[in-house]
Amino acid sequence: MTQSIPVTNLDGDFKTRARHALDDAQLRNNFRTAMDGLMHKREQAFSDPQEREDLRDLGNRIRARALSQLPDLLDQLEQRLTANGVRVHWAETTEEANEIVHRLIEAQEGRQVVKGKSMVSEEMELNDYLAERDIECLESDLGEYTVQLDHEKPSHIIMPAIHKNARQVARLFQEKLGGELSDDIHELVGTGRQILRQKFMEADVGVSGVNFAVAETGTLVLVENEGNGRMSTTVPPVHIAVTGIEKVVANLRDVVPLLSLLTRSALGQPITTYINMISGPRKDDERDGPREVHLVLLDNGRSRAFADAQLRQTLNCIRCGACMNHCPVYTRVGGHTYGEVYPGPIGKILTPHLVGLDRVPDHPSASSLCGACGDVCPVKIPIPELLQRLREENVRHPEDSEAAVAGAGSRYSNREQLIWRGWQWLNTHPRIYRLFLWGVTRLRRLQPARLRPWTDYRSAPTPAARSLHEQARNHMRSKS
Amino acid sequence: MTDLFYDASPNATRIVQSNKAGREYPEKPDRVVLFGTCVVDLFFPEAGMDAIRLLEHQGIQVDFPQNQSCCGQPAWTSGYREQAESVARAQLALLDTGTPVVVPSGSCAGMIRHHYPGLFNHEPQTRDRALRVAENTFELTEFLLNVCRVRLQDRGRHRQVALHTSCTARREMQTHHHARGLLAQLSGVTRVDHDHESECCGFGGTFCVRMPDISGAMVADKTQSLSQSGADELISADCGCLLNINGAMNRQNLNLKGRHIASFLWERCQEGS
Ligand code: SF4
Repeated sequence: MTQSIPVTNLDGDFKTRARHALDDAQLRNNFRTAMDGLMHKREQAFSDPQEREDLRDLGNRIRARALSQLPDLLDQLEQRLTANGVRVHWAETTEEANEIVHRLIEAQEGRQVVKGKSMVSEEMELNDYLAERDIECLESDLGEYTVQLDHEKPSHIIMPAIHKNARQVARLFQEKLGGELSDDIHELVGTGRQILRQKFMEADVGVSGVNFAVAETGTLVLVENEGNGRMSTTVPPVHIAVTGIEKVVANLRDVVPLLSLLTRSALGQPITTYINMISGPRKDDERDGPREVHLVLLDNGRSRAFADAQLRQTLNCIRCGACMNHCPVYTRVGGHTYGEVYPGPIGKILTPHLVGLDRVPDHPSASSLCGACGDVCPVKIPIPELLQRLREENVRHPEDSEAAVAGAGSRYSNREQLIWRGWQWLNTHPRIYRLFLWGVTRLRRLQPARLRPWTDYRSAPTPAARSLHEQARNHMRSKS
Repeated sequence: MTDLFYDASPNATRIVQSNKAGREYPEKPDRVVLFGTCVVDLFFPEAGMDAIRLLEHQGIQVDFPQNQSCCGQPAWTSGYREQAESVARAQLALLDTGTPVVVPSGSCAGMIRHHYPGLFNHEPQTRDRALRVAENTFELTEFLLNVCRVRLQDRGRHRQVALHTSCTARREMQTHHHARGLLAQLSGVTRVDHDHESECCGFGGTFCVRMPDISGAMVADKTQSLSQSGADELISADCGCLLNINGAMNRQNLNLKGRHIASFLWERCQEGS
């Protein structure tokens, strides 16, 4: 066991970060152990494969239907929420979303904010934005709290501190909060809880995410296991929910199967400990709940993804994390290697729309297209297909007007174009192809022993003495 | 309100027709075309030849069109669709003869069967052709098991083998089931499981050169679990994976080697093997 807590390495490009992560035995062990456990739990939660596949089909149809009506559903959502007393705000960029949230806090003269787990707020980098304006924003989810204490970013969308094991968390808590060193999970949770309870009571504003925004009834559905979400959304006088525009679903009936898919795919739970259904602020005759409820709906590149029929499927995602739990690449390099808010397979297909493909040009290639992600995705997003589409976008000519993603064409290279044209020519000219086979098999001993990067981890393969073309031809001749 | 929960009961067992109801198989034909694939062509030609022998042993005449090359998958998965289309079009022209096409590689068979039609959505005629060929394309183990309905006579000594299936082959062609079905017919062969068996070996076509360190870590884990499995030999129906795993095992001086299932089956069925 290493003595120091591994520091998240966010320097360099994807490959450099990956190399650091691969060299960190502790980190790799933490991820492998955790992911193996999660895969097992999911499998147990779906013990009837037929039922699982039916439910995934249904989940896919519900999400696809919601997206096909997205503009209408968003209109309806705004109307119903407004009728329920919730104020709705629209933000095209994260900057706008931050300004809105800041303005709402300032209106309360708020100085302390508690936040439930929200990936969209990570997308906005809300904590930093508020900190620069002298507003303390405390994470109340224990995993988020842990990474916040260590000035890190989440490494998983469901379990933000999964890159640390219990001992590492214990050491961090002792270092930052004092007290006894204990790596008993229950004691650690107890320590976190005590601190957070106090903060809930003092907070001026609670911020949360949203799992499903229900258009028909104007309900914000939020699932969680720690109760911190309920505290963040009910104790402070003002609740601000932030979410992406794709989170809308038509009605409550649609939520039921999605919820079952979400909790079983994420942690193998039949249901979460808490399901919060928020449909408005405290009424005059009610004794608790926030005085004001706001919803900030963020676009941040989503509508551009929406415009492309194939890429639109990215927006089906219900953020369960199963794709990363099952990803052989994520398991080995961990979440921080991706360098962005959303790691793993969903991160690879979503991030280009949020920040531009040119900022994450390695994302589409960082996959063996093994398809484990697509096989487990509860809403059946064809992740490998979308990765491949992004590879196409990546190597387009930068001035190609048909580009569907911002920053497309950043991996356009004349050299690669030439290689693939040569490959095409070879494979469409049978005589040349056979001549090529003849040459390679005859000169096979001349092949260099080092063919980097292949030979970094493997011996170089030696071509056969005679190609199949040649052997088959001789075989057929000898028969006739 | 009760019907609100109709689809959500965690373990409801209902008989519903799966939309993945398997493939319907034709009678054994007199003649097939072998599509060898580029990796077999250059690195594992004996696998192609043994596939031909196995098929001929079933009384099937095997054609090997000399004008075939690659299925186009490398360009396609690298984002070079135009180049992939052009190569696929050339193979389609060759394979659209009405004779069943047998491919000794699951991922290439999957490419032809599941991705060729979509490549030509904008070219109706080629698309029709692609659909015809797709319908008539079989992966080798699938063909032996379900079309030829082979009954293998094992003549070899006892041996323990591990089976590795390419991820695309498993998903698109169910090659793991077919290969297991064939191995199970061999009385002297015990198939042993290995740790994280269904996990990718890290090949992934151009992935292994674009992300060499991650790919290297994946194949290292794979060879480790294989060497701990107690297998005498590794069997696979996919030469891309074999190229990767064998290269790594050789480099690590492991006493284990992978072989294409066609070669293994053919050898087991010979006298005195
Ligand atoms: S892409 Fe699918 S598997 Fe991955 S987080 Fe989203 S819903 Fe879950």
